[in-house]
Parts: sequence; structure tokens; C-alpha cells
Amino acid sequence: MAERERSHTRPLGGVFVPHSQVLSAADVQRALTRMAHEVVERNGGLDDVVLIGLQTGGVPLALRMAELLSDVEGEAVPVGTLDVAFYRDDIGLRPVLPEAVTDIPCDITSKLVVLVDDVLFTGRTVRAALNALSDYGRARVVQLAVMVDRGHRELPIRPDFVGKNLPTRRDEMVDVSDDGVAIGRLEAR
Amino acid sequence: MSEPTAGRHLLSIADLGPDGIAEVLRVAESFAEVERRAIPKVPTLRGRVVATLFFEESTRTRISFETAAKRLSADVVSLALASSSVKKGESLRDTVETVEAMGIDAVIVRHGAAGAPQRVAGWVERAHVINAGDGWHEHPTQALLDCFTVRQVLAERAGVSPLSLGTECFAGLRVLIVGDIAHSRVARSQVLAYHALGARVALCAPGSLLPPSLEGWPVTVAGDLDDALGDADVVSLLRLQAERGSGAFVPSLREYTARYGLTARRAAHLSKDAVVTHPGPMVRGVEIASEVADLPAAVVTRQVANGVAVRMAVLFLLLGAPGAEVPR
Repeated sequence: MAERERSHTRPLGGVFVPHSQVLSAADVQRALTRMAHEVVERNGGLDDVVLIGLQTGGVPLALRMAELLSDVEGEAVPVGTLDVAFYRDDIGLRPVLPEAVTDIPCDITSKLVVLVDDVLFTGRTVRAALNALSDYGRARVVQLAVMVDRGHRELPIRPDFVGKNLPTRRDEMVDVSDDGVAIGRLEAR
Repeated sequence: MSEPTAGRHLLSIADLGPDGIAEVLRVAESFAEVERRAIPKVPTLRGRVVATLFFEESTRTRISFETAAKRLSADVVSLALASSSVKKGESLRDTVETVEAMGIDAVIVRHGAAGAPQRVAGWVERAHVINAGDGWHEHPTQALLDCFTVRQVLAERAGVSPLSLGTECFAGLRVLIVGDIAHSRVARSQVLAYHALGARVALCAPGSLLPPSLEGWPVTVAGDLDDALGDADVVSLLRLQAERGSGAFVPSLREYTARYGLTARRAAHLSKDAVVTHPGPMVRGVEIASEVADLPAAVVTRQVANGVAVRMAVLFLLLGAPGAEVPR
């Protein structure tokens, strides 16, 4: 369990200091594989499916899930990325900056969009993502896949595909990386 | 990178510094993506009010700022000098205080007097002030959009994304500013911006159109345009500011064009990778020949298009920063 620089974590960057490892890298891979199968099962295949990773934590997961989906079904799935900074409801309350340029690879109108993120917490990022998505077109269905659901929702939002349900305290921090999933706290630099 | 470096106002490029400029360029890429959408509008500054106070005529800067604010969902009020109480003798200070009393969040000021936006910034209590050009002093957003455009062109040629270039692409870049430097607020902002990013800036102008003293300016002066052109990666042409009397500083427009205009003959001296910028409005046939303005190296239209994204970034960084009052 290594300490890790988290420059992009809102509201401010800091160093993530883990105190317990929850999932190993292999566990995350297994969970992703299961979620990929669930996506195929729920949607009866991959017709019209578009994966969209939320910047920044959701993007690598979306790319990995796309790979798994093409292993399962033998067809490539379009993958996009979405930065929700301009849609957040806390602009002016804390530092909000875009972290990357949004890239939606195709018209999403009447597509089946699966939003992918690393951690589902208050639900505010997903709320912003839904608003952002509607500016790109009217998706037929939007589903949500997250590696970790840590509770503490502030909005009526629930995930469709979950890697791990993880009870946490509000002041803890959940970190999803190539090394797996860890709980810890964020310390100022 | 998560903490915005921009201050409360944007009066001069010096307010930003290299990190602030880098941040504007970075955020502007995200807004450029917004502009490419079918519906180029985001709800980011809903409920905020932005006022444009233009005490000098302008088309592109004013429209660009207003478009930027509207694409951020801010409300825009524009005070046209001709129809305002300024005509009845109201002072700048009273005008500004009246505007602020209406709950306006940002004031975008263009004024013929250098330093007017600084004065305005001293009077406002909570509004942000953005300098949209003051006298011969500065025009910071123009310099920012020039840098943004140059990086975009460099990135396209290299086949990479502009973000991946950061601001390192400006290090050692040779920038040549040609024309009426003395009366140009754009030139001052460009010198500061390009220098802050590590570029080497040279000026080329008749002696009468150079500032009386260049002491403290991080620039060199090129004597002959033909020689200087071949060594420049970026050529920034400036308009002869006839309305500021600069016509009187050259013997004739024809002679000015002959020595300092980018004529078709002279454009042959440009290095093949050169980028030619012009803040507009262009006077074809004086500082730039019409056929040169239409060359692919001339990116004037692209500058105008990028102006909106860059100004969205500036508005967002100033008004969206924490501590800025939130209307809810």
C-alpha cells in the first residue's frame, strides 16, 4: 500500500495515505470482468452500447471494460471520455477545473450509454455527467457502472453495475488505482 | 493543478504569470471542445451577470466577450457609450458604481485611457474586472488567444493534441512583432505573454513607431524586415493605428507598406513553418497584402474563433473561483 499523490482530487490535491487494502489488482480485474458480463447480459448484447468514462478515474476503467467486452462478444465498443467540470453544482464554492478535454466519439442519440466511474459517493458527479450527456444528444438508456459504491448519496442516484459495495465513513477516502482499491485519508501536502 | 492560479481581476498579462497563462490555455482547450458541439453552451455561470463597458468602438472583442459569456450561460448587459449616461456627463466612477449596484459580477472594460481598468478595479467591491484594451497599455485576452492559436497550429503540424504540448512549445520560439508597436496595447500584452512562456521576442518597426524607450522590455529590435522574417517562427502583424494618430508617424502609407508591410514578395522570405497572426481589424494592402492574408500561414480567422474559447476560460477562471460570490 503506497502513498500516492492525488493532485486532481477535489476540493484540493494532497497525498493519499491508505490504511486498508480492500481489493487487490486481481480482484478489480475479476470485478470488471463480471461487470462486463453483466452489461452484455442486461442489454442482450452490445448493440448501440457506448462506454463513457468520467474523467479522470473512470477513463482507464472504461478502456479496460471495453477490452473485456470485445473479448466476451467479439465486437468493439466505442469508448468516450467526459469531463463534468462545467456542469458541477459547486462552482464558486470550491476549486473546480476541467481535468481533460471531453471526447465523445459518436452521436449518442438513441444509443445505450454506460457511464463508468471509479467511485460513487455523493452522486453529484453523476448528476453533472447526466446533464453534460444530455447536451450531446438524447441517449435511449443511460446506465451507471462503478468500481466502488461507498454510500453517502446526496441525490437519488443508484448504480446499475457495481464492483464492490464498500461501507465507509464520510471523512475517509477511497482510492482506485492499478494496484487495486484502498481506503485511507487525504493529507495536505 | 487543482487550485486556480488566476487572481480576482485580469488587468494585465503580468497578473497571470507563466502558470496563470498556462492554466488559461489549458482550460480554453476544454471550452474549444464545447464550441465544437452542436449546441455550444454549458450551464457553468448560470445566474451570473457580465457587463461590457466599452468606451471605445470595437466589434470583434465585444462580440467575442459577449458570446463567451452567453455560452457560459451568464447574462450579459452591454453598455454602449453612445446611449449611456456617460453622454450626459457621468464620470467613469459613477458609471461603474451604478453598474455594480445592480449586482453585476464582472465588468469588461475597454477604454481609451491607459490604466482605466485598474482604476475601475479599485472602485468595485465585489465585481471582477477584465481589461478588454486600455489605451496604448494592454489587451491581455488578445495576447492569450494569440498564444492559444499558435500552440494549436504547432500541435496540428506535429499531429498531437495542444494539451500535450503544454507551454514547452513556446520555449525558444522566435516571435517577431511588426508594425505600430508604440501605439499598440496588443504588442505590450504579447511581449509579456510570449516572454513569460519562454519565447524570444523581436520587434520590427520604424523608429517613430517604437516606444521612446525599450528599457526593461525583454525584446530585441530588428532593423530590416526582410532579414528578420526568415528567422521568425511567429510573425505578429499590427495595424497602423490611424485613429491614434499613428499615420502622422510615417511619411506615407505607401512607404510604410514598402518597408514594413507583409507584401506578397516579402512573404516569400517567411520560413515555411511560420505562423502569421494579426489581431484585426486587418487593413489589407497596408500592413498585410491581401493575397498574404489568405495564405494558410495566416491564421487570422482562427484567432477570432479561438477568442471565444479563451475568453470563456478567462471568465470561468475569474468568476468560477471559490470565494467569488455565488447567487443562491
